[in-house]
Amino acid sequence: MSKMNAIIMKPQDNVATVTENIGVGVDVFAKVDGKILTTRVTDTILFGHKVAILNINVGEKIIKYGEVIGKATTSIAAGQHVHVHNLEGCRGRGDLES
Amino acid sequence: MDFLGYRRSEHCVGVRNHILIMPTVVCANQVARAISANVKSTTWFEHQHGCSQLSPDAAQTARAFIGHGTHPNVYGVVVVGLGCEVVRAQEVAAEIKAQCPNKPVHVVIIQDEGGSYKAIQAGSIAAHGMVLAASMLKRETIDISELIIGTACGGSDACSGLAANPAVGDASDLLIDAGGTSILAETPELIGAEHIIAGRAVNEDVARRCYAAIKACEDSAKAMGVDMRGGNPTPGNIEGGLSSIEEKSLGCVYKGGTRPLQDVIGWAEKITKKGLIYMDTPGNDIEQLTGMVAGGCHICVFTTGRGTPTGSPIAPTIKIASNTPMYEKMQDNMDINSGTIITGEEIIQQVGQRIFDEMLEVASGKLTKAEVLGHNDFGIWRIGPTM
Repeated sequence: MSKMNAIIMKPQDNVATVTENIGVGVDVFAKVDGKILTTRVTDTILFGHKVAILNINVGEKIIKYGEVIGKATTSIAAGQHVHVHNLEGCRGRGDLES
Repeated sequence: MDFLGYRRSEHCVGVRNHILIMPTVVCANQVARAISANVKSTTWFEHQHGCSQLSPDAAQTARAFIGHGTHPNVYGVVVVGLGCEVVRAQEVAAEIKAQCPNKPVHVVIIQDEGGSYKAIQAGSIAAHGMVLAASMLKRETIDISELIIGTACGGSDACSGLAANPAVGDASDLLIDAGGTSILAETPELIGAEHIIAGRAVNEDVARRCYAAIKACEDSAKAMGVDMRGGNPTPGNIEGGLSSIEEKSLGCVYKGGTRPLQDVIGWAEKITKKGLIYMDTPGNDIEQLTGMVAGGCHICVFTTGRGTPTGSPIAPTIKIASNTPMYEKMQDNMDINSGTIITGEEIIQQVGQRIFDEMLEVASGKLTKAEVLGHNDFGIWRIGPTM
């Protein structure tokens, strides 16, 4: 059985956080709710960064810890890196105030 | 459960026995530094404030000085002022003396003494006597319910929220269950997680004040007209995997554990209640540390992912690494590794217990790495313009 190389905090999460550097084409394994979820990674994901474990549509909420951590600014396929290039936060957005 | 500490009065205990050389205005920094250099076993700090400040802002600055002077980790204090400034050393010293009648407090005013060298001499002689007197004190057994910790995170990465902060939260719960007190702070890092902490408030008023403090912080960030990402979370947080303030906050709020929220207090305000308390501070590591210590925290329990050396001049600051690679790389600075949670070698509760045990050891005299390095970081949270 493969060692876990990612963490999913809550069953509602659509991202996992990797616990080692993951290269393209490598599978991530994360335990959640008694099950092991696996996703094949299509970007390089650095230690501590997030990978989508489900397809996420543009504008859709990104969920970690069972809570909203931001919105997708493009559509994101499962296996892709999720970070500041495709996730925007919704809070503290003085740039959006008119 | 107990630790070995210094009993200052019936309801007041300390975990260190410092002689503090405290400049209450930026102009007095160099004299304070020289006094501390002259007298071994003193501690000091420097800062950039104490003058050209308008009344409410000056009062907040004075509160930080008074909080450090009255702190039970401080046996005696030499307060150093210049003579013409807004935050007056004589008034700070008088307030310290009023709150702590048995504490040695000496004031040195550079202009009154006749210049720097004479002020250094006067302060050094006073500090010399305090160090000798302090050395006569013995630690005694103190119940753990008298311990107050401040929880902090700085240089966070994604592992902070997955490992280090949950472990600190577990230790916080253990302390509160034993009758002690734990401070949760860093208001910007509750934006996005406010419902989690306010949801545990003991009553509506506490919940309302919790939401109000966090909203005021977010409003002040938005008033700058920019996305706060890049300022908080910082570039280092972002490199470490944190993508938004919400994500950071949801990881930070774990430091507060699971117990009910008893009160909300302002920056550097005195901690008067027991249990879990939220202090409204900036996320800036040094300013939040200073606020919590000024309020009366005996020890700070400080998680870090990227690695920060920060430490208070008077409160031992225990550094918890969020991940093993950084813990191994920065051995000079890290006290405890919580990265074993990431690797699966330990669970959160095991590391929480280790942190709790370390808190008692440090309270009883074990030095933290930040103390051995001589860290004396001190930062004032300004709430007004410099005039």
